[in-house]
Amino acid sequence: MKKSDATGLSGPWDVLVLGGGNAGLCAAITAREAGASVLILECAPKDFRGGNSRHTRNLRFVHPHADGIMTGPYPEGEFWDDLRQVTKGETDEALAQLTIRDSADCGEWMPRYGVRFQPPLGGTLHLGRTNAFFLGGGKALVNAYYRAVERLGASVAYDAEVQELEIRGGEFSAALVSWRGATQAVRARAVVAASGGFEANIPWLKESWGEVAENFIIRGTPYNTGRVLRVLLNRGAKQVGDPRQCHAVAVDGRAPKFDGGIVTRVDAVPFGIVVNRQGHRFYDEGEDFWPKRYAIWGRLLAQQPGQIGHVIIDSKPLGRFMPTVFPPTVAGSIAELSAGLGLDAIAVEETVKKFNASARPGSFDPFSLDDCRTEGLTPPKSHWAVPIDRPPFYGYSLRPGITFTYLGVGVDEHARIVMANGEPSTNMFAAGEIMAGNILGQGYLAGFGMTIGTVFGRIAGREAAKLARQRPIHSSEAVIDAVH
Amino acid sequence: MPSTDLLKEAERLMVICNACRYCEGHCAVFPAMEMRLTFPAEDLRYLANLCHGCGSCFHHCQYAPPHPFEVNVPRVFDALRRETYARYAWPRFLAPMFQRNGLATAVVTAASCVIFTVAGTVLVGPEALRRHLGPGAFYKIVPHWAMVLLFGVSFAYALLALAAAVQAFWRDCGVPGRHLPASVHNRATRDSMTLRYLDGGGDGCTYPNEQPSMSRRRWHHFTFYGFLLCFAATCVAAVYDWLGHPAPYPWWSAPVALGTAGGVGLVIGTVGLLAIKAESDRAPYPRTGMDVSFLILLLLTSVTGFLVLFFRTTAAMGMLLLIHLGVVMGLFLTMPYGKFVHGFFRYAALARYALERPKSSEQAPSEVV
Repeated sequence: MKKSDATGLSGPWDVLVLGGGNAGLCAAITAREAGASVLILECAPKDFRGGNSRHTRNLRFVHPHADGIMTGPYPEGEFWDDLRQVTKGETDEALAQLTIRDSADCGEWMPRYGVRFQPPLGGTLHLGRTNAFFLGGGKALVNAYYRAVERLGASVAYDAEVQELEIRGGEFSAALVSWRGATQAVRARAVVAASGGFEANIPWLKESWGEVAENFIIRGTPYNTGRVLRVLLNRGAKQVGDPRQCHAVAVDGRAPKFDGGIVTRVDAVPFGIVVNRQGHRFYDEGEDFWPKRYAIWGRLLAQQPGQIGHVIIDSKPLGRFMPTVFPPTVAGSIAELSAGLGLDAIAVEETVKKFNASARPGSFDPFSLDDCRTEGLTPPKSHWAVPIDRPPFYGYSLRPGITFTYLGVGVDEHARIVMANGEPSTNMFAAGEIMAGNILGQGYLAGFGMTIGTVFGRIAGREAAKLARQRPIHSSEAVIDAVH
Repeated sequence: MPSTDLLKEAERLMVICNACRYCEGHCAVFPAMEMRLTFPAEDLRYLANLCHGCGSCFHHCQYAPPHPFEVNVPRVFDALRRETYARYAWPRFLAPMFQRNGLATAVVTAASCVIFTVAGTVLVGPEALRRHLGPGAFYKIVPHWAMVLLFGVSFAYALLALAAAVQAFWRDCGVPGRHLPASVHNRATRDSMTLRYLDGGGDGCTYPNEQPSMSRRRWHHFTFYGFLLCFAATCVAAVYDWLGHPAPYPWWSAPVALGTAGGVGLVIGTVGLLAIKAESDRAPYPRTGMDVSFLILLLLTSVTGFLVLFFRTTAAMGMLLLIHLGVVMGLFLTMPYGKFVHGFFRYAALARYALERPKSSEQAPSEVV
C-alpha cells in the first residue's frame, strides 16, 4: 500500500480488481505484466486476505503424463467427462472446454509466481493423478501471489470494501469504496470482479433457505458477503446459477460460525449411522465412497429438524478416517452416548438395534463398495454396514457447513460480464467463484474452483489490460504517473 | 507456561494440524504427526525436537493468529524444546539453568574469564605480561598439566552430561538406543549434517520473514562446520602435542589452518544468524536469551582465538590466552545446559523418525471411504 498511500485510491487505474483471492491475484498479475496499472481492492484485513483461496489445497489441471507430483496423465477428454458427470449437464460447454483446455499450462505458470506443488497429502491419494497440491496449502499460494503482485508493482488496498459500482449501459466507470473511514470513488478503465460468492451472508442465504440458514456454519471467510455480486445483478448483469444451490458438507457442530475451514469436517459417516434429533436414521450412509458423497450431507442435514444430525460409530473403525479436530462424545453404552449427545436414549437404542439386526454378514472392505449391507431396513445402508456393537461408542454432532454458493454473473469466453440483455459489457470482467456458476451449474469436482479462478483470472486480466491500453488516455494520466 | 499447560497447548495444536495436514510437505514434523491419532507427552516432545522452528507452517497456516484457533506451532514447539532440555538435564538439580539461560550462560562465561585472568595473573605473576616465543610458549602462561586437566575434565564432563540427557530422552521416547540399526544412524546423520528439513520443503523456510529463504540454513552451515573445523584443529593439536610438538604452530600448520578456517566460519555463521534473528518476525520466532547467548559465546570463542593468533608474538599474548581459555571453559561448562544441546536432541529425534518414518504413504488414514 506504500504506493497508493500518497495519492489515495482514486485513479484512474487501467485495471481495478475487486477481490484479492486466487482469481483476482491471477488477474492482477496478468494485467500488470501486460503493462496495465493495477489496483486490487481486498475487503479483508491483511491477515485474512485471499478469500476462500486461503482454505484451498489443490488444483485440477490437464496434464499429459505422470511427473514428480502427479501419478498419471489427465487428458482433456477425461476431465470433460468428470465435469459432465458431476454437473449432470448443467454447464456451458464452450466455457467448460475453454477452462479445461487453458488449465494445461497451470503446472508451469503457477510456479513462476512462487506457487510450489507437492504430491497428495496423507488421506488424499484418490486425487493424486488429477490434482496438484499446494505446498503449505492455499494460504501459501495466496502469500506467493501477493509477493508476485507487489514485485510486479501492482497496488493493494486492504480493508477496502466496495459499496457501489457506477455502471451505465453495461460500461463501468468507477467503484465507490469504503477505505480508512471514508468512502471514495475509484475510477478505472476496466474492472475485474473476483470477489467470490455470498456464502457468508446469512440474511441472503435466508432468502432461499428461510430461518434454517441461521443454523448453517460457514466454512470459509466471513468476508464473502456477495456485495459486488448483488450490485452487479442489480445493475443489469445476467444472473447464472441457482440461488438456492450451495456446496454444503457435514461439519462438526462445534465448528466456529466462520472460517473453520478443512479441519471441521467429519469423515466418520460411512463407518456408522447418522441419526437426527429424534434418534432416527434418514439417509443411506454407505451409498458410495465418501469423496463422492460428502458434499450431499450438508443438504441432508439442512433438511433435518434443527439442522443437526449425529454420527454414531463403535470402536472398530477408529483410525480408518481422518482424525477430527474436536473430540467425539465417548460412552460405554448407546444409552449413555445418547445422553451425551442430548438424544432420546430409547429411540437411539431402538435405531441401533434395528440397524444391527439388519446388517448382513459380509467381508468389510473400506477400499471397495463391499457386500456389507442392510436388508429390510429403511433407509438402507448399502455398503460398510457392520453392527455397532463394540464399545466404547463414539458420537459426533453434525451441522451443514456451507463451502460456496453457485449464484453468479454470466460471462463470455473473454471473461466479459454478460448483461441481462445478452450483450457483453464493454469493460467489466469476472473471474473465480462469482462466475463459476457458468461452468459448475451443480455438483463439484475437487480442486476445480481453483482451476476456474486461475484460468478466468488470467483471461480477465489479459483482456482487461488489452482493453485499458486501447482506450483513450484520460487527462488525469499524470495521477497514474505519480502513483507509479 | 507451566509444563502441563504447554503440553496441553501442543496437543491442541497437533489435533488441529492432524485434521488439516496442509503443511506435511514442509518438514518431518507433520508426517510424523500423521502416524499418530493421540499425542502423549513423550510424542509431543519428540515432535517438538524434530522442529527447526523454521516458520513455514506458521506463515502458511490459515489458522494462525488472529484466527481464533491461534495455531502457532513454531512458538509452542520452541517452548516445548526448552522444557525438554530442562527435563532431561543431568544432573537434575542443574535443570534451572534453562530457565534464564541467557543470563546463566553469560554469568558462567564471565566468571570463567575472571577466574582465568585473575588466577593466571596471580599464579604466573609478571611472566603473564611478557613476550613468550617458540614451542611451549602457551604453557608458560598455563602449564601443560593444568590445561590437560582443566579442559580434559570439563570436556569429558560435558560429554557425560549430554549423553545422560539424550539417553533419558531416547528411553522415554521408546527408542532402543543401543540396538538401532546402522541405517537409522546413517539417515539421521545425513539429515542432521545437511539440515535436510530446514528448507521449508524446497524453496527455503520462511525465516526471517514470510519470504522463503535459505539464509538460515546457510548461516547455520557456516556455524556448524566452522565449529567442527575448530574442534578438528583442537584434536590435531592434541595429537601433535602428544607426539612432542607443543603449540604454538606456524600459520601453515594443520591445527592453525583448520582453526583459522573454522574460526572464519564461526564468525560468518554466528553473525549471519544473529543478524537474521534480529530482523525476524516476532510471532513465530521468540527471541530467546538461550539462542542469542550461545551464538555470542561461539562468536567470542572464535574472536578471542583469532586475537591470540594475531598477537601471539607480543606481550599481550598472556592475557589474551587467559581470556580465550576462559571463554572456551565457559563454552564447555554450559554445553550441557544451553543451546548446544539442541543438536543432540535433534539427532535423537531424527533417528527416531528414521526408525518410524512411513515406508509408503499408505499408512496414513485414508479418505477412500
